[in-house]
Amino acid sequence: MENTIEVKNLRYIYEGFGDEPDVEALRDVSFNVEKGSFTVILGHNGSGKSTLASILCMLAEPTEGEVWINGKLMTGDTVTDEDIFEARRSVGMVFQNPDNQIVATVVEEDVAFGCENLGIPSKEIRRRVDSALDTVGMRKYARHSPHRLSGGQKQRVAIAGVIAMKRDCIIFDESTAMLDPMGRREVMDTIERLNSEDGVTVILITHYMEEAARADKIIVMNEGRVLTEGTPSEVFSDPEKLWEASLDVPQSTELLYRMRKAGLDVRLDIFDFGECADEIARAMSERRRENNG
Amino acid sequence: MKMDIAFGQYCEGNSLLHRLDPRVKIIITILYIVAIFMAKNVFAFALMLAFTVALVIMSRLSVRVILGGLKPIMFIALFTAVINIFFYKGDEPLVAFWVIKIYKEGLINAGLIVLRILMLLTATSMFLTYTTTPIALTDGLEQLLSPLSKIGVPVHDFAMMMTIALRFIPTLIEETEKIMNAQKARGADFSSGGLVKRAKAIVPIIIPLFVSAFRRAGDLATAMECRCYTGGKGRTRMNVLRAGARDFLFTFVIIALGAGVILINIYAPGYSV
Repeated sequence: MENTIEVKNLRYIYEGFGDEPDVEALRDVSFNVEKGSFTVILGHNGSGKSTLASILCMLAEPTEGEVWINGKLMTGDTVTDEDIFEARRSVGMVFQNPDNQIVATVVEEDVAFGCENLGIPSKEIRRRVDSALDTVGMRKYARHSPHRLSGGQKQRVAIAGVIAMKRDCIIFDESTAMLDPMGRREVMDTIERLNSEDGVTVILITHYMEEAARADKIIVMNEGRVLTEGTPSEVFSDPEKLWEASLDVPQSTELLYRMRKAGLDVRLDIFDFGECADEIARAMSERRRENNG
Repeated sequence: MKMDIAFGQYCEGNSLLHRLDPRVKIIITILYIVAIFMAKNVFAFALMLAFTVALVIMSRLSVRVILGGLKPIMFIALFTAVINIFFYKGDEPLVAFWVIKIYKEGLINAGLIVLRILMLLTATSMFLTYTTTPIALTDGLEQLLSPLSKIGVPVHDFAMMMTIALRFIPTLIEETEKIMNAQKARGADFSSGGLVKRAKAIVPIIIPLFVSAFRRAGDLATAMECRCYTGGKGRTRMNVLRAGARDFLFTFVIIALGAGVILINIYAPGYSV
């Protein structure tokens, strides 16, 4: 499988002002992101996940280590402005605050902004903007003013802006953190659809466990290091490790884990509430049968 | 408190004036201003008045909106009128009382000047604010001035700054409301006390507002960079302004109007300003 992003031995140091000590935000971070995959980077505040995001978007240069995007080395002295421009054409980012990333006063103009920067002909931009707005379900708001939209709708506009540039990898830096549950669901559904239907590589940075459960791969960050990585069932099978990093596991996993510790034979790799209930019912009835038999 | 300002008082609509190319509107406005200052006598004014009334009808805006827009200028208009009535010297005073002498010419002159001020405001706001969104105006200005970028004037940058400013006005107004409420919740008092006290009460609003505005600016710059923004060079636009037949027709009408005013000035007799 081809890797969209490869990160090797990344280290990043924030230099302190004056007497303040330097802060090591990333220490020896390595991982790969496969093309077309859904990767979640999980970590609490200060774990280095946002620093990582800004490095992946070429907004910050790592102190040490290598970043490869689409097989091209993006760190070191040999990188030119054109390389960075080229990388930004393929890796886009949706930020946390929906208000601070919308440039224009009309929804469709904002979606067009990125394409206009790339110098794409007007007719082609028009086509892309319309189809991007269709993808996020915001076509009927095309002529609206962004400040009248809800948070979830604004984030979908921001996503449309990224899609219109036809980027094959989108990084979501806590894009749902400022939204209400409704907006969060709208945005998550859009993200999942992009990944499963349009084959966009998604990197979701979050601290919501429920969002993480949908991923192909989870990378858990703690104090600038990769604590653990793997599929959701692998990562969540060891809740103690996550608790140590002051992270939660999904509620269903926690329940199943505690039941298992108490001696009930249940599976741990279930993240859907309904399935979780079924599993508990199954284990309970099995237990009853054993006791009776 | 709900602050909801319609900047520049743009009125939604689909009239001929709304659909004119913003570049053409800017040029027309300039030509109109030239014409109205060239108008020297009653007949030229009559022509201008007829045209202005035609504009109002064409815009399909309610007369109340337009009269409302004239309110702020009324004081200046009246002041000018009074000065003209009392200080204009003609041949024979109509009324003479103590040091005050009012002449017929003074009255006419005052009337024409007031008319000029009112027409000027009506027509310019008709073209540039009532029927044109600020953003269309910015686009129009950018394209009109784009030749200047060849001699190093950062036209695109200014237009981008204008666009972003317009985009963030509602956001910052909302923010101001939030901060005011937060300060009120802490016991701040904005509505009592003398001028100095009130001015001081604004400081705890302004400072957080600035801090937040700078943070937003930083975020926005990052987001724009991520979307491959590298300035105006090599940039295309989704909506390209294209002047059509009606735009040329309108420009022609305005030029004809100016020519008409000049001809009347030369050939028609009448009271002149």
